[in-house]
Amino acid sequence: MAKRPLPEKKKPGEGSGKEDAIEVMATVIEPLPNAMFRVELENKHQVLAHISGKMRKNFIRILAGDRVAVELSPYDLTRGRIVYRYK
Amino acid sequence: MAIVCKSPAELEKMHQAGLIVWGALNKMREMVRPGVSTKELDEFAEAYTAQRHARPAFKGYRGYPGSVCTSINEEVVHGIPSASRKLKEGDILSMDFGVELNGYFGDAALTVPVGKISPQREKLLRVTRESLDRAIEKVRVGNRLGDVSAAVQRFVEENGFSVVREFVGHGIGTKMHEEPQVPNYGSPGVGPRLQEGLVLAIEPMVNAGGPAVRILDDDWTAVTLDASDSAHFEHTVAVTSSGPWILTRPRDVTGSCW
Repeated sequence: MAKRPLPEKKKPGEGSGKEDAIEVMATVIEPLPNAMFRVELENKHQVLAHISGKMRKNFIRILAGDRVAVELSPYDLTRGRIVYRYK
Repeated sequence: MAIVCKSPAELEKMHQAGLIVWGALNKMREMVRPGVSTKELDEFAEAYTAQRHARPAFKGYRGYPGSVCTSINEEVVHGIPSASRKLKEGDILSMDFGVELNGYFGDAALTVPVGKISPQREKLLRVTRESLDRAIEKVRVGNRLGDVSAAVQRFVEENGFSVVREFVGHGIGTKMHEEPQVPNYGSPGVGPRLQEGLVLAIEPMVNAGGPAVRILDDDWTAVTLDASDSAHFEHTVAVTSSGPWILTRPRDVTGSCW
């Protein structure tokens, strides 16, 4: 019986692997101290987002105006995690 | 998970399991004719296995309902046997079967014609079988897994067919699916080195059209996306110091794998 291999490796922007998060597109409004950013979601909500550990480790720089992918916790929709910066 | 190599005594146990698989598939091959339902083949395999005090390995595996996988024409693998599904003249039927005996597994498959088939289907079966021959030829101490994968891919694509990516062969032993995965595509010279005692279920799945497949709503049956024909051959093969040893057939059978 042929084996169905496990799901492929994550592609960029496919999330940080934390369960249950909602991933949405957003635009960076302003950088804040401590690697936090205020971002605006496509539905015009503004949320406070910090940058994912993987991106911080790899020195992904984020500037105002960048398009990013943000993961929102279903529990607190006012905070999120930036998981990908689009080129 | 680590790759597990088997001792000569374990290989002998796997060979005993493999011989049941080989015996059942050969009997089923003789049963194949227009009008036979895939369920009849499934029931035969189950009875044949029970008589030999083995267990059909697929039954209940992740909820699979049958003992055999019967995949007709554009079905690639994992077709579920059914009483209403009857073979027709000109079909090609893939039969994939595995058993567990005394804790060890054997797994093999072949694609057979139902009555007389078209020359294109003839060629698909021949190329798929020969791609397995070529892969088995690479199962030697010191070669790499990529050599096996590349042998299948090169031969299949030279003949204008394509290899399925979504399913792979696998290591086999005390479980049906063990490490490593054995894709039917790849580059020579890469991947783990083959060592004595490694056992692989090598199973080229070859489509006459494009390589893409999709899974039907039954959650098992894989069909080609473009509805082209697909063939599947498989053996459980051990790496030994004297070359490849096909565990799913008697030692005195030689020549082409099926």
